[in-house]
Amino acid sequence: MATEKTNKINLDQVRHIALLARLELTADEEQRMLGDLEQMLEYVDKLNELDTAAVEPTAQVGDIGAAMRDDVVATCDDPQSILANAPDAREQMFKVPKIIE
Amino acid sequence: MSASSEKYEAVIGLEVHAQLLTRSKIFCGCSTEFGAPPNTHVCPVCCGMPGVLPVFNRRVLELAIRMGLAAHCTIAPRSIFDRKNYFYPDLPKGYQISQYETPLCKGGYIELPGDGDNGGPTRIRLVRIHLEEDAGKNIHAPDCSLVDFNRSGVPLTEIVSEPDIRTPEQAGAYLRELRSMLRYLEVSDGNMEEGSFRCDANVSVRPRGSDSLGVKTEVKNMNSFRHVEHAIAYEIERQIELLEAGERVVQETRLWDPDRGVTRPMRSKEYAHDYRYFPEPDLPPLIVPPDLVEQIRIAMPELPAARRARYTSEMGLTPYEANVLTQEREIADYFEAVLPGLKNRKAAANWVMTEVLRVVNESGRGVAQSVPAPAEVGSLLKMVEDGAISLNAAKTAFAAMCKSGKNAKATVSELGLLQVSDEAAIAAACDEVICAEPAKVAEYRGGRDKLFGFFVGQVMKAMGGKANPKIINEVLRRKLAAS
Ligand SMILES: [Zn+2]
Repeated sequence: MATEKTNKINLDQVRHIALLARLELTADEEQRMLGDLEQMLEYVDKLNELDTAAVEPTAQVGDIGAAMRDDVVATCDDPQSILANAPDAREQMFKVPKIIE
Repeated sequence: MSASSEKYEAVIGLEVHAQLLTRSKIFCGCSTEFGAPPNTHVCPVCCGMPGVLPVFNRRVLELAIRMGLAAHCTIAPRSIFDRKNYFYPDLPKGYQISQYETPLCKGGYIELPGDGDNGGPTRIRLVRIHLEEDAGKNIHAPDCSLVDFNRSGVPLTEIVSEPDIRTPEQAGAYLRELRSMLRYLEVSDGNMEEGSFRCDANVSVRPRGSDSLGVKTEVKNMNSFRHVEHAIAYEIERQIELLEAGERVVQETRLWDPDRGVTRPMRSKEYAHDYRYFPEPDLPPLIVPPDLVEQIRIAMPELPAARRARYTSEMGLTPYEANVLTQEREIADYFEAVLPGLKNRKAAANWVMTEVLRVVNESGRGVAQSVPAPAEVGSLLKMVEDGAISLNAAKTAFAAMCKSGKNAKATVSELGLLQVSDEAAIAAACDEVICAEPAKVAEYRGGRDKLFGFFVGQVMKAMGGKANPKIINEVLRRKLAAS
């Protein structure tokens, strides 16, 4: 079982990642994630077999440079419809649970 | 300052977010105008709807390069955008597009004005200037929070200093200089109230003379230069007290509470420091067109530091005067437009620093809307130089001109402020006074020097208060000496 050889990632790290992703995991799900992430990291190990010391980190393929637009205001046709996607709205604003600080 | 604070020195680094003066947002065409009704300057791009792609605003690049050159940075010919990942209601995509490993501008420094006492200017080195998008704005209601995305995607530069700052006052001077430069360059309006100029401070203390760094705290929520100085001063004292009591400083984010004058730990976002940056796949690398940097360099205006140097070395102004006059480009331009035809530049500097700045500050409006054209002030000061009016009369005329909008010559004659410099007329008045007061004349000639003021007063009275006092003095001295 994957959980038996967890030397790449432990449960605390899984919980930390879940917290960052705002995911609430059950104990079962934590175990499953542990296994999945372990497998992914093993795959990264496989990739690491390649010697890339002389290769620049690749953020993008092709180096054409970003297309740029002129600084011209182009108003959205229907900004009101943006709010239609809100789970809840009030006074033309997205309503969310109270934020502390 | 307590004795224990002598043992320590503070190490301060500042992060400034300045909103760039563009019409549209950094990755979409929505307006950046301040104060619009909530969620009216929004579109699928800046609200993080699925399937949209950001397109970079070239003006952002030009403005950021302008600031980078002014701060002596190296401009990266190629930089990339990164995603800074965190969840917060004001961040619709769940990440902020920013720059991490390859900022647009690297290194450089900001030169702070010398205060005249401990000599020349101080350099505060910069780590970097990079580009990023702003988040939305949270408004807190009693039962919930409300989010307005008008600000989301507004272009920002983050200007990060090295921890070269040592005192709260120096932090204030650095911020004033930065704001002044941004405004000279028309890169940002530097408006702290509207949130277009924001500052966070990293503060730590260490034993004086030590090279190592203490544990730092990040102080946020400072909405004015004064708040920044107070918050940093408080934080330095707090950390010193902890260390003196044998306790440790905890690395954390603290919020300045201006009402209570303290910093306190922030309760939320505890995990937010794990941002998991990675390259933004939706944006190709930012490649600076080869001749763009040179084009911008050629068009750079004279900056506050260069103006200060010119005012002190060429005009003989003090560092303080040079600093006051150059903080706002509008004021420095005004001062220079007052000068033509005047011999006494110091007097012109004084006039702008006191009379002009007072009216401008009181009116709360721009220079052009609150004070007469600089040439009119120049002509007023020329009349003072030529002895045509007294300095007090010039002040009276200036106040009237600010209200009426009339020119200097018309105002001076309308108010009858011209003083008599006609020596013959003054001599006649002196003769009259001397004839009328033979006893006092005898006393004066007998050694009562103090009576001189009495004669000046009598002559001034005889001439309706409009004679040139300098000429009265000269003529009277001559006439009273002769017996
Ligand atoms: Zn938009």
